Amino acid sequence: MKEKSLSNPPAERNQGDLRRQTKSGSKHALEKTMKLIFFICGFIAIAFVLVITIYLIISGLPAIREIGLVNFLFGTEWASTAKEPKFGILPLILTSVYGTAGAIVIGVPIGFLMAVFLSKVAPRRVAAIIRPVVDLLAGIPSIVYGLVGLMVLVPFIRETFNTAAGESLLASIVVLAVMILPSIISVSETALNAVPREYEEASLALGATEIETYFRVSAPAAKSGIAAAVVLGVGRAIGEAMAIMMVAGNVANMPDLLSSVRFLTTGIAVELAYSSGLQRQALFSIGLVLFLFIMCINVILNVFLKQDKEG
Amino acid sequence: MANHNHNAQDMARNFSASRRAYNGVMRALIYLASAIVVALLVFLLCYIFYRGIPNLSLEFLTSEESVRNDTQGIGPAILNTLYVIIATLIVVLPLGVGAAIYLTEYATNRKLVSAIEFATETLAGIPSIIYALVGVLVFAESLALGKTLIAGAFTLVIMTLPTVIRTTQESLKTVPLSYREGSLGLGSGKWHMIRTVVLPSSIDGIITGCILSIGRIVGESAVLLYTVGMSMRMQDFFQNGLESFFSASGSTLSVALYVYAKVRADFDLAFSVAVVLIVITLVINLAAKFLGKKFKKK
Repeated sequence: MKEKSLSNPPAERNQGDLRRQTKSGSKHALEKTMKLIFFICGFIAIAFVLVITIYLIISGLPAIREIGLVNFLFGTEWASTAKEPKFGILPLILTSVYGTAGAIVIGVPIGFLMAVFLSKVAPRRVAAIIRPVVDLLAGIPSIVYGLVGLMVLVPFIRETFNTAAGESLLASIVVLAVMILPSIISVSETALNAVPREYEEASLALGATEIETYFRVSAPAAKSGIAAAVVLGVGRAIGEAMAIMMVAGNVANMPDLLSSVRFLTTGIAVELAYSSGLQRQALFSIGLVLFLFIMCINVILNVFLKQDKEG
Repeated sequence: MANHNHNAQDMARNFSASRRAYNGVMRALIYLASAIVVALLVFLLCYIFYRGIPNLSLEFLTSEESVRNDTQGIGPAILNTLYVIIATLIVVLPLGVGAAIYLTEYATNRKLVSAIEFATETLAGIPSIIYALVGVLVFAESLALGKTLIAGAFTLVIMTLPTVIRTTQESLKTVPLSYREGSLGLGSGKWHMIRTVVLPSSIDGIITGCILSIGRIVGESAVLLYTVGMSMRMQDFFQNGLESFFSASGSTLSVALYVYAKVRADFDLAFSVAVVLIVITLVINLAAKFLGKKFKKK
């Protein structure tokens, strides 16, 4: 401690030392407790992750063991309430993969082009109006997207494609695409803004047009940020439950664009309220599978973000 | 950038047809995409307000649902939402701020810091349906809280923790090192320095964290649907003191929306709840932005 190195005049020294020692003794104890408390607070995030992981593994494994890993992951039929229940989640996995891929295919180009618009093309004042609006899009609760999808998109699909019910993979893809737009826009815009101006100026000076500069210089320079945006979008889309629960129809068919489908997330959500026994355990197993998906995506995202920081 | 000048220049230059086509098509695509997004947003908001506002009245916002009085209302849902927000914040604020303080002020072990940061990022990336599972498993069942508002609040604590940690950390980082050195140099201990110098200078970051967490809580539906119950009746939180406080259950706003839309197919009321949710979101966004600006000025 710093106090100890201070030198006092000899006459006062004894008394002063004594006083300081008792004072710094209690102070020292307080400092130590506070440090411990803060350490515990810091450690709690790790503890939460551990608790979640352990709980999911402990409650997810029994059903997998009972059903059999291959039957569980590659079984094509999910009939949890049938007399002879079947717990194959391949349709759920494929639906989640197709749904996410579809949302990315629609959402990423639109989001990226919008980011180019906001970052490079739009006059400052226009961008300043649009940006908060995009933020608002990000803040709208997912269940509201589900409601609008249910009331607008579902009837539209029913009538356009002449199907019995409009609740379908297509409706889910559109809702997901809209929901991932804001994060794709804002992350890619940040990446595009971070491209050094010199790159663009050099390109312009060499005779490239502005558009060529944006797509052939700025975008490649911002590619790891844009990749991060895509991965973030994948994470959002694969984890969304409530919005697509309202528009997907929730029947565990093999995925088809116009048929009613069930995602990994909605697979949990639909039955969580009333399930019991093996059925319930199977839901936790689905949770475990979903969790593994998400962890992989997180790791990939971290890699891209780190690249972005270094590059 | 001065686009218009460049545009004119582009035209004047003698480009090959393919290059001109590329430029034209890409520019058109940029405008098209932007127009789609803006149109989508305008449509979304207009549609929701158009469907929702006609049913919105003071009575709807304040009264409870009752067959006898023939009233429909989301008064209980609003109160429950408030309850969950407050209960969550009371727990998550000390935890999150404490963790941020540990990370920026105390931690010396780089491995531990990166482990905590990785854990925080992981928590931020876990989808809410997984939190719903955890909430049901851990809080409602293992800790025997049942389907109560408090079980929902505890689950939301885990969910909002990363937000609070991150915003607090950002604002702690902006407190100049000289403040800390000045305080330590005058002989104060580390905790005293944090309490009197560091925390007051980063209060706006902490408030931003609060606001963002509130936004997350208000918009959350998956977790709450399975942890707080679906009752739309008014609760008396103080009837039996603490006991009724901890055993209270009932739907929050987003759960009420789900109940109206999916269980009762009463879509007009669902849209009214949606309007309320969007207005709250808007207010939260504006507040966060306002604070952010103040934050930057400093």
